[in-house]
Amino acid sequence: MERRVIFPNKLLPYLLVAPQLAVTLVFFFWPAGQAIQMSVLSQDAFGQSVTFVGLDNFKEVLSDPDYLKTLWRTLFFASAVAICALVPALLFATMAERVVRGATFYRTVLVLPYAIAPAIAGVLWLFMFSPSTGILAYVLKKMGVDWNPRLDGDQAMFLVIIAAAWKQISYNFLFFLAGLQSIPKALLEAASIDGAGEWRKFRTIVFPLLSPTTFFLLVVNIVYAFFDTFGIIDAVTNGGPAKATEVLVYKVYYDGVHSLNLGSSAAQSVILMAIVILLTAVQFKYVERKVHY
Amino acid sequence: MRTESINAIGRNSNWVPHLVLWIGVFITAFPLYITFVASTLLPQDIAQVPMQMLPGAHLWDNYVEAWSKGATGTYLSPPGKTLLFNSLIVALVVTFGKITVSLLSAYAVVFFKFPGRMIFFWMIFITLMLPVEVRILPTYSVVTDLHLINSYAGLTLPIIASATATLLFRQFFLTIPDELVEAAKIDGAGAMRFFKDVVIPLSRTNIAALFVILFIYGWNQYLWPLLITTSNSLDVVVVAIKKMIGTGAEPTDWHIVMSTTVLALLPPILVIIVMQKSFVKGLTDTEK
Repeated sequence: MERRVIFPNKLLPYLLVAPQLAVTLVFFFWPAGQAIQMSVLSQDAFGQSVTFVGLDNFKEVLSDPDYLKTLWRTLFFASAVAICALVPALLFATMAERVVRGATFYRTVLVLPYAIAPAIAGVLWLFMFSPSTGILAYVLKKMGVDWNPRLDGDQAMFLVIIAAAWKQISYNFLFFLAGLQSIPKALLEAASIDGAGEWRKFRTIVFPLLSPTTFFLLVVNIVYAFFDTFGIIDAVTNGGPAKATEVLVYKVYYDGVHSLNLGSSAAQSVILMAIVILLTAVQFKYVERKVHY
Repeated sequence: MRTESINAIGRNSNWVPHLVLWIGVFITAFPLYITFVASTLLPQDIAQVPMQMLPGAHLWDNYVEAWSKGATGTYLSPPGKTLLFNSLIVALVVTFGKITVSLLSAYAVVFFKFPGRMIFFWMIFITLMLPVEVRILPTYSVVTDLHLINSYAGLTLPIIASATATLLFRQFFLTIPDELVEAAKIDGAGAMRFFKDVVIPLSRTNIAALFVILFIYGWNQYLWPLLITTSNSLDVVVVAIKKMIGTGAEPTDWHIVMSTTVLALLPPILVIIVMQKSFVKGLTDTEK
């Protein structure tokens, strides 16, 4: 889309884009370029000499069983978070759309976790599930569960999934609610007159009409689980025990900052960039379609 | 209208939605409530198993300690007021920085034609694709080269480099009618005058919506501040809370952690509640 009427200034537009362009060049293109450069270089142990190694860093990363394990773990984590955040959100939104009394109250409370930092969401759940004193750990122990996420990898994974999903429900809830409100009421009334029950109406009318929203949210939730959950994992488990909750972003950070394996970390960054670009492309393609729908 | 009211009555008498929503409210609010309760107790009361479910009598003492002293133990935190101040600076600089640079660049891209315009637009647009998390280490080395480690500039500038706001303003500017621009030109108003007197006032609701989203985004930053500050006195509150939790060697001052957590939660939650309409608009407009 273009404007018909514009201003004639020659220099002014350059001055106007300059601040954003400067920030973007220095803090985006420069580091992104360095990441790509570092990913094809190898540094010796003392940081003395640097050699060009081509795609060796990538080969090494992609053939490293630890990396592949982390990749699968990330996919599992992301799917679990997406499901645990989408299903309850859809349920709450469907119900919130039906109530009149208290609607504002419900909505206000349900969106609160959006305002909470991932790391803090992690701390809240860590506290409730802390083996010695946590209130939910107490309940689990009463039920006979041997609860200790500091030692048990599966329990640690469960804990970070719960914390991550809890925070994301708000976002999904708001989008589902907006989606539900845009479904024409006449359709549902016609179905009621034809004698369709609530579940049938949901299955045959509401859910299909919501599918663009659902798909959009699925992509957003996966991106969220891939990247924004760093704070949760760092606060709750530090990627442990024994790497049981280490996801891709955490590994980039750990290998780069703690193990100082810069070449590998950079190659991992570049792989992650490719994943984000892929996911974003899928999302944009879809957003285009939503406009027509 | 008649069917509407009949439906309304039918809906009101149905208790299932309310039950489900109360479950939702419980899931959402329970962790926050527990945190609040813990922030009013003595350390030995928090260590009781199970912990009591009603607030204790030490609300004031704990908050005063968290605000003016902070945590002790493995991590000697600065007082809570310093942590909150740092977070506030980061959140406000990120918010206003992003809104300002985006308003200007979107205005340039929409209201002028100049060589390189589309290249600039795409250069800005592509930043959408790569969140800070993906390029942390190289960004870190750039910030080190620029000697911005341990400074507010280093904390905030890399986070400002993103296109979400630019895209939103561009989208909105395209809907401003040509007649307005023509009228302004006839009246002899220049480009900056039009920007200041027409475009900015028209963008008010968009700016408010972005304010909510960006303030929360800035306040909740974690990975970047964690990397870029080596001096505790520049820690933002979210990072500090994580550092206050012991790894097992030292006991955790849970009463301080929890009262600091409540203090850290208040500003973003207040923003969301007070500006709820703007928040929903901001969320659905930016879609990110």
